[in-house]
Amino acid sequence: MELIDLTLIWVVIIGIGIFMYVLMDGFDLGVGILFPFAPSDEARDEMMTSVAPVWDGNETWLILGGAGLLAAFPLIYAVFLPALYIGVFLLLAGLIFRGVAFEFRFKAQARKYWWDRAFFGGSTVASFAQGAVVGAYIQGFETDGFSYVGGAFDWLTPFTVMTGLGVVAGYALLGVTWTILKTEGRTQEWAFRLAPWLLAAVIGFFLVVSLWTPLAHERVMTRWFENLSWLWLFPALTLASAAWVFWRIRMRAEAAPFIGSMLLFALFYLGLLITQWPYAVPPDHTFWDAASDPGSQLFLLIGVLFLIPIILGYTAWTYWVFRGKVKSGEGYAGH
Amino acid sequence: MDLDPLLLSRIQFAFVVSFHAIFPVFTIGLASYIALLEALHYKTDNPVYEKLSKFWIKVFAIVFGMGVVSGIVMAFQFGTNWSVFSYSAANFLGPILSYEVVTAFFLEATFLGVLLFGRDKVPRGVHLFAACMVAIGTFISSFWILSANSWMHTPAGVEFQDGIVQMTSWTQAIFNPSMPYRFGHMALASFITGGFVVAGVSAWYLLKGRNPNTSRKALAMCVVMLAIATPLQLVVGDMHGLNTFEHQPMKVAAMEGAWETRSRTPLILFAIPDAANETNHFQVAIPGLASLVLTHSLDGEVPGLLEVAPEDRPPVGVVFWSFRIMVGLGLLFIAVSLASAWQLWRGRLYDSPRLLRLLTWMIPLPFVAVLAGWFVTEVGRQPWIIQGVLRISEGVTPSITGWMALFTLIGYISVYAIVFTAGVIYLRRVIQAGPDPLDDAPEDKTARPKRPWSAVPFKVEQAAQAGRS
Repeated sequence: MELIDLTLIWVVIIGIGIFMYVLMDGFDLGVGILFPFAPSDEARDEMMTSVAPVWDGNETWLILGGAGLLAAFPLIYAVFLPALYIGVFLLLAGLIFRGVAFEFRFKAQARKYWWDRAFFGGSTVASFAQGAVVGAYIQGFETDGFSYVGGAFDWLTPFTVMTGLGVVAGYALLGVTWTILKTEGRTQEWAFRLAPWLLAAVIGFFLVVSLWTPLAHERVMTRWFENLSWLWLFPALTLASAAWVFWRIRMRAEAAPFIGSMLLFALFYLGLLITQWPYAVPPDHTFWDAASDPGSQLFLLIGVLFLIPIILGYTAWTYWVFRGKVKSGEGYAGH
Repeated sequence: MDLDPLLLSRIQFAFVVSFHAIFPVFTIGLASYIALLEALHYKTDNPVYEKLSKFWIKVFAIVFGMGVVSGIVMAFQFGTNWSVFSYSAANFLGPILSYEVVTAFFLEATFLGVLLFGRDKVPRGVHLFAACMVAIGTFISSFWILSANSWMHTPAGVEFQDGIVQMTSWTQAIFNPSMPYRFGHMALASFITGGFVVAGVSAWYLLKGRNPNTSRKALAMCVVMLAIATPLQLVVGDMHGLNTFEHQPMKVAAMEGAWETRSRTPLILFAIPDAANETNHFQVAIPGLASLVLTHSLDGEVPGLLEVAPEDRPPVGVVFWSFRIMVGLGLLFIAVSLASAWQLWRGRLYDSPRLLRLLTWMIPLPFVAVLAGWFVTEVGRQPWIIQGVLRISEGVTPSITGWMALFTLIGYISVYAIVFTAGVIYLRRVIQAGPDPLDDAPEDKTARPKRPWSAVPFKVEQAAQAGRS
């Protein structure tokens, strides 16, 4: 096994898996975050119908990520989850609530508003918890050998609240640009008006977090302010992309804002990886420290290499089948 | 107040896994039943089979959805509450649990979609194939889970180096000594659970005089299956018990309430085990029978709990009584199944209101029996999380405090209570509505395979009205 670095392969697989999850569950969580602000009940129906065919396929990636981490990087699994104990509960409870709300909003008639609130609350809490995970990853974890030894709320600091709110804003941006893509008429007009504000909020959070991170963490400071000048391409590209998205929203482009928002997320994600590399459980453990036995990594790799193309193909097919606009009164919202 | 994070984590795990287990144990059996119905319809073209299949596919979709939702927590709970155990065993458990997820999603992504929504869109042979693949997929999924679980009872194929599991043989680890017995026992339990639910619902329709043709057919199929499966379960369960006797004698000692090692160990029918005084109160027993069952000889020696130090013994009371509940229900299942089969043979089953009512009451009991069985095996493994290797107190996450564990315990109970209530209300309405009105419902154009519940294309309130009318 010396010829192939299985750990690196697994970094790529898990990295892509998490990114797929963030992008895809990101926009449908975002739709949930925007729910109470939608202009009308018809708009809410349209928004929900637009994500209905795909949302729980999107969440597939989260469960795959959880099990994959245990198999390939058990140290991440065994430190992150205890460190984020309360946060993980909020994340799972939020996802379960919105999942149930999804099914029952369509099936219920009288108690629809109750499910609207569950959908909003669950989506927002789950998004915030995911953002806090990112913040906690930057902050690092207090470990002793292979165990987390910090406190219950080490993950909840002003910094992680900031990253949590940043992800809520980011998902809302993905949600609103998705809504632009998938709706028309009054709903789309509302989304067009809201999108620039959310974009501004996202960039605001991005700037605050980008400045705060190196100031608070010497490791990050060293990474960004020594030698590697090409790194500055990333923040520059981020701001350029944001400007492009802003311009395309103003031009009433339908697909470009969503594509541009996904691009923004890709840049945030790469920036995060550059900041943290090669640490899986900062400040002490790298991905190679966190890896499981190569035999175990290989054993699962065989199955995953067979599966991922099928899941990707199936996902692409689902999105293809449901391409185009949703209209109010169409789909099972109208039954 | 002094809250014990270990105890609370154990209660939480027991709650989450028990709650989760009731869904797959039903869907595994039901998936095979649906595949059988599809095969019979394919072969005979009898519309009764198609009607039945359409109806039970809808029930399957709801229960499967609830199983998926409740299962999400399982994937993370090993890390949040049992991080030392997870880290120690990750080289084996990680890939095995991942393969379970992979199988489940592969199944969902492809064949479940065709089964739920493809009836009129794909050739009949393809639809039948999808039904068979879903049924096989549920077994593959449970194969991985039971392999991982069995390995915790009878670890094999690994070495422990500095507290970490290192693989020496994947085959030996996956097919560890208790795995085939546990799998067989659980597979039969799934058939019995599915059988009693379908039989109970069909009996209920017959009592109400609804859907007589389909309900008679379904009831007859289930009764024949149950009359074979329930006695067979007694045999398989006995084999599983002998395997446990070989590998985990203290679990069997707790099941039997046996304190002293002796030959001619009695089979205890009733007793109140008293762990503090290491004895039983109010014991009613058949002399020598436990020795006969376990060693196939009246003089066979059965090790008692006093063989090991008190801290190495499982909690006797829970194991002892869970075992009696499981076996008692198992015997009841055999009696009811054979009585129903006898009445079916004589052609009187459909006109025996008392027996039909009894079958309706049976619906919750297989779930109770399955959970009792899991309590026997899991509590009986205590104080070990990996038998003989890692104690449960060593496996728990060190950073959890009592109030954290209490918070999530109450949290998961609340979340699941809402999910479960909503799901059961929904399920009841689907069953009350019955096969007929559902068949007239328009095809749901936005229904997607990824969302099993969208296979049930009507509103809750409409179903309630249909159920009342």
